[in-house]
Parts: sequence; C-alpha cells; structure tokens
Amino acid sequence: MDIDLILRVYPYFLEAAVVTIELSVLTILLGLICGALGAAARLSRFKTLRFLGAAYVSLFRGTPALIQIFLLYFGGPQIGIQLDAFEAGVIALGVNIGAYMTETMRGAIIAIDHGQTEAARTLGLSRAQAFRKVVLPQALRLMIRPLGVNINAQIKGTALVAAISVVELTYTAQRYIGSTYKPFEMFLLAGVLYLIIITVTGKVISFLDRRVRLP
Amino acid sequence: MTEKHPFVDIRHAQKAYGDLEVLKDINLTVERGEIVAIIGPSGSGKSTLLRAINDLDPLSSGEVILDGTQVNKTLPHRQYEKHINQMRQHIGMVFQHFNLFPHLTVRENVTMAPKLLKGISAAEADKLAEEQLAHVGLLERIDYYPSQLSGGQKQRVAIARALAMKPKLMLFDEATSALDPELVEEVNLVMKKLAEEHMTMIIVTHEMDFAASVCDRVIFMDGGVVVEEGPPSVVFKNPTQDRTKEFLRKHLSQYAESAN
Repeated sequence: MDIDLILRVYPYFLEAAVVTIELSVLTILLGLICGALGAAARLSRFKTLRFLGAAYVSLFRGTPALIQIFLLYFGGPQIGIQLDAFEAGVIALGVNIGAYMTETMRGAIIAIDHGQTEAARTLGLSRAQAFRKVVLPQALRLMIRPLGVNINAQIKGTALVAAISVVELTYTAQRYIGSTYKPFEMFLLAGVLYLIIITVTGKVISFLDRRVRLP
Repeated sequence: MTEKHPFVDIRHAQKAYGDLEVLKDINLTVERGEIVAIIGPSGSGKSTLLRAINDLDPLSSGEVILDGTQVNKTLPHRQYEKHINQMRQHIGMVFQHFNLFPHLTVRENVTMAPKLLKGISAAEADKLAEEQLAHVGLLERIDYYPSQLSGGQKQRVAIARALAMKPKLMLFDEATSALDPELVEEVNLVMKKLAEEHMTMIIVTHEMDFAASVCDRVIFMDGGVVVEEGPPSVVFKNPTQDRTKEFLRKHLSQYAESAN
C-alpha cells in the first residue's frame, strides 16, 4: 500500500469530505421538511392530500435515486429547469429521502396509542392541541432512531451525485484513480472518511435519543 | 334556574355500525349528584353509550343533554369543534387503560388541560395539582412519571387529572377492569369518596359489589337496550327480567367461584 500517496492526497479528500457533509446536511434538512409535509399529508383528514402523500412516497421510493438525479439534472433543462450539479443533487436526494422520512414519521405518529388522543380530547383539548401537546412529543421520541437509519442511508447516498460530477468524496476518489492508478488506496481513503462521518453522526443520534428518553 | 330538567338527559339514543345496531332507542336520565352504574354482558352497548355522552363515539341519532345544553349538536365542523371542546371541559372521563400521558410527570398530567384551556398561572397550577393529588392520596408521587407508578396509582392520577378540570359529571369506563385484584380497592375508595362528595357519576362496571354498595341506581343493558333499571337492592335481589336474572346468575356465580 502506498502510504506516501495517501499522505500526499488526503488534504484534497478532506475538502471533498466537507462537500459530502454539506450535501448530507442540506439533503437531510430538505428531507426532514419533505418528510414532515408528506406525513402531514398522509395523515390528513382530506382524501386528496392523503392521495398526494401516498403518490409522493410510492413514486420516489419506487424508482432508483440515480434515475431521479439524472432526470432532474439532464432532463430538467428540456423542460426549462436549469440547475448546477450540486443544486440538482441536493434537490433530487433531499426529495428522495423525504419519501422515506415520510413513512418513518407517519409510522411514529400512528404508533402512539389512540387512547392518548382520546384522553386529551376528553379533557377538552382541540384536535390540534391534542396533537401538539400529547401525540407529537411522544412521536418525536419514537422517530429519532428510525430517522437515524434514514440519515445514515442518506450520507452514503450522497455518493450517487458523483455520477453528475459533483466533487464530493466518491467523485474525488475516482478522479485521483485516473491520475494515480491506485484504486485500492483511493477507495480505502474515501471509505474511511465516510466511516468517520457516519460514526460521528450515529453517536450524535444515540446521544439525542438517550437525552429525551423517558424514565 | 326555575325550569326543571334532568341533569343528564339521553333521548332516543341510537347507534349503528352499518347493519349492526349497538344502541337501540335508549332513553335515560340522571339527576344531579346521582351515581348510576351501567352493567351488562360485553357487547351490550354499555361502553358505547358512555362514550356517546361526551360524543367520543357519536350517536347515529338521538340527543345527549347535559344541564340543559345539548352535547352532540349538529354544527359545521369548526363550530362543532369549539362547542364540543367547551362541553367536554365539564365532563370528566376515566378509561380502563388509564391513558396517562407518559411524557409528562404526574403534576403535568394533572395541570396540562387547566393551564392550556383555563389559562391558570404556574402557581395556581401547582396548587391545583397538589390539591387534586392529595385528594386521591398521591401527593408524594407528584414529580414521578406514569411509568413509575402501579396500575392503581395510575388510575388515581387519571381521576385527579379529570377532576382538575372541575367537571360537573364524571364518566368511568371500566375503571378497575385492567387492574390486578389487589389494586382495585384503592381506586374504588377514591370513587366512593367522590360519591360522598355528591359528584354526579355514570359508571360502567363489571363489579357488582361496588355497584351494589355505592350506586343509587343500576342499569342493566343487553343487546343495545336497557333491559331493567332500579335501585341496586331491587335489581340485584329481585330482578324482574329473565335476561337480568341470567346475567346476574352467571356473574354472581363467577364471583363466588373466584372468591373461593
């Protein structure tokens, strides 16, 4: 193994790792917003919203994320959507993970026993108050770990935007392989950096989960 | 008020799920301060009737009137929501499975609704929680979480939570059915205390002893109708209807067997 080479190129990989982290943070934030809207739609009193929520989930979970990225980045200009690769990557991946997060959030909300809502409504709370004060605080606790699974998948999923030449970790590894012909070292270095990002994120999620756990 | 009307007035209550009629034209009145037990086999409609009183399980037709105001009014959605939330503040309810809020302490369970709906201050809320918990004998558990309580304690907190809204009427839906036998008594004692304070109560129960000793009137339901009603001394000792006799024979003999 060429340690000298690794030592020489790793600063560039660190820069690329920052791009991976940016992609992760932005797509996860967008995903959480889409997930919250999607879950609200799927649990709505209105049939049309429920249908739209269900359609969103099945479309975006039912097709490869790579196709969604290509469709937006390469297909977008054809229908007047001009985005650079980073923007297209963030939007496509964020909306994609949002579909998974919709189901995670919906699952946590419907897991709260209906008796909780009944007890709150019986006291005179409105539907919205019962949701905000009773259901949501419990559901949020339940959704931290499964959202952590979505987040873990998404960090790894950012590698897909290498296919549209966003200069993140995976793309950087490929580019250095082109000039060094050392795929083992380059992919190993990228892999280790992904592992560090994911491990730290996992620790943060475990900490949050413990922090809000009930006695 | 000079006008004389029953405190709780249920008129022509009818409820059906598709073809299945679970309540068939029930008429029932309860006076202020009266304690009424509803007994009957499972599937008789007694819980459905109780849950219709605060419109948790809306009737298909009929009226529920509390102290002169109709509870189950037909109104546009928003107006109905406002009306029912107002009405429910006067009707406390205790469930078989307690339904305490697990993310809140005992204190917060008791004070959440009064704080939110009546806008009482933090100091008033603390005083209220202490009062209500002392009333059910659980003041020392005020800063515990529900998961740290026994079933009997949970149910007593649930009663305190309902009472904190100062309801005019209390509904008990098999409040002791989910409890271990040795924990039933502590909940019964709290309910007896409420009875002595002349709280109006409607109690769905499987406990014939409790119904006999605490309630002013017993209502026996079967198949969605009120089969027989009267003071416990009459209904339990000299039932006139065959269905009542059969139910009591089974129930009282089960009782005798389990007591052996």
